[in-house]
Amino acid sequence: MGEDTDTRKINHSFLRDHSYVTEADIISTVEFNHTGELLATGDKGGRVVIFQREPESKNAPHIQGEYDVYSTFQSHEPEFDYLKSLEIEEKINKIKWLPQQNAAHSLLSTNDKTIKLWKITERDKRPEGYNLKDEEGKLKDLSTVTSLQVPVLKPMDLMVEVSPRRIFANGHTYHINSISVNSDCETYMSADDLRINLWHLAITDRSFNIVDIKPANMEDLTEVITASEFHPHHCNLFVYSSSKGSLRLCDMRAAALCDKHSKLFEEPEDPSNRSFFSEIISSVSDVKFSHSGRYMLTRDYLTVKVWDLNMEARPIETYQVHDYLRSKLCSLYESDCIFDKFECSWNGSDSVIMTGAYNNFFRMFDRNTKRDVTLEASRESSKPRAVLKPRRVCVGGKRRRDDISVDSLDFTKKILHTAWHPAENIIAIAATNNLYIFQDKVNSDMH
Amino acid sequence: MMLSKGLKRKREEEEEEALAVDTWWLDPGHPAVAQAAPAVASSSLFDLSVLKLHHSLRQSEPDLRHLVLVVNTLRRIQESMTPPTTLPPVPNPPAAPSVADNLLASSDVALSASVASLLEDLSHIEGLNQVPQPLADEGPPGRPVGGAPASLGALDLLGPATGCLLDDGLEGLFEDIDTSMYDSELWVPPSEGLKPGPENGPGKEETPELDEAELDYLMDVLVGTQALERPPGPGR
Repeated sequence: MGEDTDTRKINHSFLRDHSYVTEADIISTVEFNHTGELLATGDKGGRVVIFQREPESKNAPHIQGEYDVYSTFQSHEPEFDYLKSLEIEEKINKIKWLPQQNAAHSLLSTNDKTIKLWKITERDKRPEGYNLKDEEGKLKDLSTVTSLQVPVLKPMDLMVEVSPRRIFANGHTYHINSISVNSDCETYMSADDLRINLWHLAITDRSFNIVDIKPANMEDLTEVITASEFHPHHCNLFVYSSSKGSLRLCDMRAAALCDKHSKLFEEPEDPSNRSFFSEIISSVSDVKFSHSGRYMLTRDYLTVKVWDLNMEARPIETYQVHDYLRSKLCSLYESDCIFDKFECSWNGSDSVIMTGAYNNFFRMFDRNTKRDVTLEASRESSKPRAVLKPRRVCVGGKRRRDDISVDSLDFTKKILHTAWHPAENIIAIAATNNLYIFQDKVNSDMH
Repeated sequence: MMLSKGLKRKREEEEEEALAVDTWWLDPGHPAVAQAAPAVASSSLFDLSVLKLHHSLRQSEPDLRHLVLVVNTLRRIQESMTPPTTLPPVPNPPAAPSVADNLLASSDVALSASVASLLEDLSHIEGLNQVPQPLADEGPPGRPVGGAPASLGALDLLGPATGCLLDDGLEGLFEDIDTSMYDSELWVPPSEGLKPGPENGPGKEETPELDEAELDYLMDVLVGTQALERPPGPGR
């Protein structure tokens, strides 16, 4: 891991613009929309907060492109399943934006059981000059009306209205872990521990089951689905990952029920690293197609891996996120930290990948230069507009001044959710209940 | 930990176990733990895993991923605690390690039964759920679908077998293993040598008579003290 000056060139231009403190509630998902203009976060309390990027202004270049709160709404409420005597958590597990097709924005948000389609519209004009009503809406005295006028649209303060357009309920027995919108923009899929369903965005009372890995005898259950995603370009292809570390690419044209995969991506276990925890640390917590559609990115407990869709035998690249934890697996098992599910992200050009870690650290790997960096998301470590300083975890041996030792890592500060702007070097990092947005401000002025 | 009458765990063994803690989670094949006896080295990890399973099963709606991973890890640990049975059966009294194998195999049966029972119940719950799917089969044929009354909470659906895991701490766990040991047809008193299974068909198990000394001896084997002190026997 190179922490020399060359590495610094990648990241030293990242400046911290804003930190938005959400009320007590832990952020559970972060997602940019397809243009990057909007950023949605979901939290444990069932709320969705949408941020919008301010348009760049020549008059005030220093505040160009910052994100401000655009809308906040309650997406899911806690529910009670009377049949099973169980409370259903309102925590938002995933948010996915639909591609924008008109002036309105739409997104899907889901908790453990129910998916909702929300439509976000703006109102910034209102009609004025009615003939029969005055400005307050009261009926006019007709004797005072002497001429006819045509109502005119006048600007007003921006009002953002959010309304639930569809509720997709009762599709899942087990907990939903993923949703993914198809490139056809008409269908989407939702995956729980054992099944994947295909929905039409306009139809809520029916869904098609496309994957079912529930064994006939539940006592034979040894594997669950952990994540799934549609291919970004081929509407018939999707991938799902398992708790055993395998990826299955499925083709919906092949059969109605895609239990039989088209391709199985699995890396054989490294015999020198075998332990009782081998299976747990191989469990894939997130899978993401590259923007190009040619690669897949997976995250397991200690690594991120890049897979080529044309090669099933092993990943083409493996990056160590925090290998120093390999000797601590026992205590991480004891504390249940070993079951933490980290997400991973591609940058817009698929050249850099990012994932979170502990101690509010997050890591970036440049696939071309093979350099990597560890950064920290915390208010203590960086002031507004300051450059992020690379961090280092030392595992004994030579220790530099600002190094953190493995034993002093805070395992309660975990960065599970991160997102990268689809085109620019802007990243959103969720650190428990804080959201950090970092921007790369490298431009001609700074060189 | 269960202690037999009048026999205290020696201090040196405690220290040995403490030293083994840092490396016990490694596979026994790993060069770093060549010296550590797997049966003893893994017992605390085994206990931890059982506690985790216990905790997971206690949730009103268990996290399936967590449950499956813990169960699979527990199975791995159990497999490592049982040496591979590659030696041919010998008509000699079984030595201590092989008796330990049988005991642990019995506990594996009890554990599997507990987990199987719960996972079966999970599929029964699903039968009650109004899911608009073409699937109609829930549970193996012959079992009533949706057999659990709707008014029961999920905890009530834990089968009687899992009740053993819900007993207080480790004593309860070992009590469970005791019971299955008595009932298991795999246990053979040393005086009788190896015998084939009971003639009265599968499902019926003999209860060999045990005297107290043999019981204590078996307890020690289970806890692992005997395994440390005795050299490995000739095997079956």
